[in-house]
Amino acid sequence: MSSLSYYKDLIFVLTAKEIKVKYKNNFFGYIWSILHPLSMAMVFYFAFKFVMKIPLKNFTLFLISGLFPWQWFSNSVGASSTILIGNASLIKKVNFPRHFIPLAIVLNDLFHFVMSLPVIFGFEFFYKVSPTLAWSYGIPLLILTQFLITFGFSLIVSSINLFFRDMERIVLIGLNILFYLTPIVYDISLVPERFKTFFFLNPLYPVIEEWHGIFLKGFIDWRLYCISLFQATAIFLLGFLIFKKLSWKFAEVL
Amino acid sequence: MKEAIIFENVTKTYPYYGYVTAGFKNFILHLPKAIKNTKKRFVALDEVSFKVYKGECVGVIGKNGAGKSTLLGLAAGVLKPDKGRVITKGRVSPLLELGAGFHPELTGRENIILNGVLLGMTKREVEKKMDQIVEFSELEEFIDQPLRTYSSGMVARLGFSIIAHLDPDILLVDEILAVGDIDFQKKCMDKIMNFRKDGVTILLVSHNLEQVKKLCDRAIWIDQRKIKAIGDPDEVCKAYSSLLACV
Ligand SMILES: Nc1ncnc2c1ncn2[C@@H]1O[C@H](COP(=O)(O)OP(=O)(O)OP(=O)(O)O)[C@@H](O)[C@H]1O
Ligand SMILES: [Mg+2]
Repeated sequence: MSSLSYYKDLIFVLTAKEIKVKYKNNFFGYIWSILHPLSMAMVFYFAFKFVMKIPLKNFTLFLISGLFPWQWFSNSVGASSTILIGNASLIKKVNFPRHFIPLAIVLNDLFHFVMSLPVIFGFEFFYKVSPTLAWSYGIPLLILTQFLITFGFSLIVSSINLFFRDMERIVLIGLNILFYLTPIVYDISLVPERFKTFFFLNPLYPVIEEWHGIFLKGFIDWRLYCISLFQATAIFLLGFLIFKKLSWKFAEVL
Repeated sequence: MKEAIIFENVTKTYPYYGYVTAGFKNFILHLPKAIKNTKKRFVALDEVSFKVYKGECVGVIGKNGAGKSTLLGLAAGVLKPDKGRVITKGRVSPLLELGAGFHPELTGRENIILNGVLLGMTKREVEKKMDQIVEFSELEEFIDQPLRTYSSGMVARLGFSIIAHLDPDILLVDEILAVGDIDFQKKCMDKIMNFRKDGVTILLVSHNLEQVKKLCDRAIWIDQRKIKAIGDPDEVCKAYSSLLACV
C-alpha cells in the first residue's frame, strides 16, 4: 500500500465528510451557500448604487465576482479557529497528518466555490459579457493562489487557537475589518492615491482584484498575478511552518 | 525474539493550563505569571523503559491518572516524549477510543468508511470489508441511519467492528472492552484472542484484572510516574490488588 494513495483517500474522506455534513444539516445546503453572497451583493448594490450613488459600470457583476471568492476565504478561515477543538478525540487518539483537518475545511469551501461558479457565469450571460479564452487558464490559476492564501491562514488560525482560545473572536473581528479593507464592494480606483500602496500589504487585495479583472475585463494582469502568487506562497509556507511547529503539542493541550 | 515496541528512558510532561489556553486577553493580563507557568510542566511519566516483543500481549494496569493512557498515546505516536525514545515496528492501530472521529450526522455506513480510513485502511479496503464489518456489528437494520440515532452501546459496537477488521502489527487498546452488552463483550474478547493468535502485538490498558490475567503474557503496573512492577500478570496483578486492599 503506497502511502501517497492512502493520503489521497484520507483527504478525500475528510473533505467528503465536511461536504456531506454541510448538505445534510440543511436540505438546501447548496442554495444557502449561494444565497448568502447573493443577498450580500443585493444589500451592497442598494447601498452604493441608490443611497450613495457611486457610479460604477456593471456593478452587480463586480460585486458578485468579488463576494463569491471572499465567501470561500472567510468561511474557511472563520471555521478554522474551532476546527481542531472539534476534532479533539481524533487528534488525541489517531496519528495522521494533522494539517489534513484544516485542508478538508478549505477544500470543502473550494468545492462550494466551484459549484457557485455557474451562478457567476449566469450573471455574465445576463449582462452580455462574453467568456474569453483567459477564463480557461485564469480561473484555475486564481483558484490556486487563493487556495494557498486561504490554506495558509487556516493553518495559522487553527493551530494558534488551541493555545489562545480567544483567537476565534480576533478572527471574526479581523475578517470584518479585512472585508472592508479589500476592494470587494468598492473599486480600487476610488481609493486616494496615497493609500493605494498600502493595499499591497493585504494579501487578499491582488487576488480579489484579479477575480474582478477576469470576470469583468476578461484577462489576467500578470504583474499582479506574480505578486499574489508570491504572497500566497509565502503565507502558505508561514502557515505550514507554524502549524508543523505546534502540531506536536496539539494532543497535549486539547 | 524481536521487539515490537521499545520505550527507552521515556519522560513525558504536560503543560500546566490556566493562562496558556485561556486566551490572549488572560495571557497579557497576567503576563509575568503566565510566562512562568509556561515553563512549569507536570511530569506524567518519568524515565520509563520497557520492551514489548513481537506477538506478545502486555497488560497495563494502575490507578486513575497513573499515566496509562499517556503511555499508549506515546506508543500511538500522538504524543511526543520530552526525553528518551519510543520505537514501534510495523503498522500501529491506535484504538484508544471506539469511534474516534465518528460524525453524528453521517450514517453508520459513511462512518465506517471515514473511521476505517482514519485508522489506516485505504478506501478500497474498507469498501471490500464493508459487508463483514456490518455483519460483525449486527447493526444491519440501522446501518443507513445517522449515527446520532444510535445508542452509545451501538456506537461502540460499530467502532469495535471496524477495529476488528483492521490488519495491524501492533494493537493499542485503552479500556474499550468494557462497553456493549455481555454478548458483544465476549465477541470483543474472542476477537482480541484471534488477533493474538495471528501474532499481533497487543498493548492493553484495563482496570479489569481478571481480563488482564486471562489475556496477557505480561503485565506492567504503573504507579507514581514509574513502572512499579513488570512481569507475570498473576504476580503483578496480585501485588497491585494487595496494595489496593491495604489502602
Ligand atoms: N492533556 C493533558 N494535559 C495535562 N495533564 C494531563 C493531560 N493528560 C493527562 N494528564 C495528566 O497526566 C496524568 C496521567 O494521565 P493518563 O490519562 O495517562 O492517566 P490514566 O492512567 O490513563 O488514567 P485512567 O485510569 O483514569 O484512564 C494525570 O495525572 C493527568 O492529570
Ligand atoms: Mg486512561
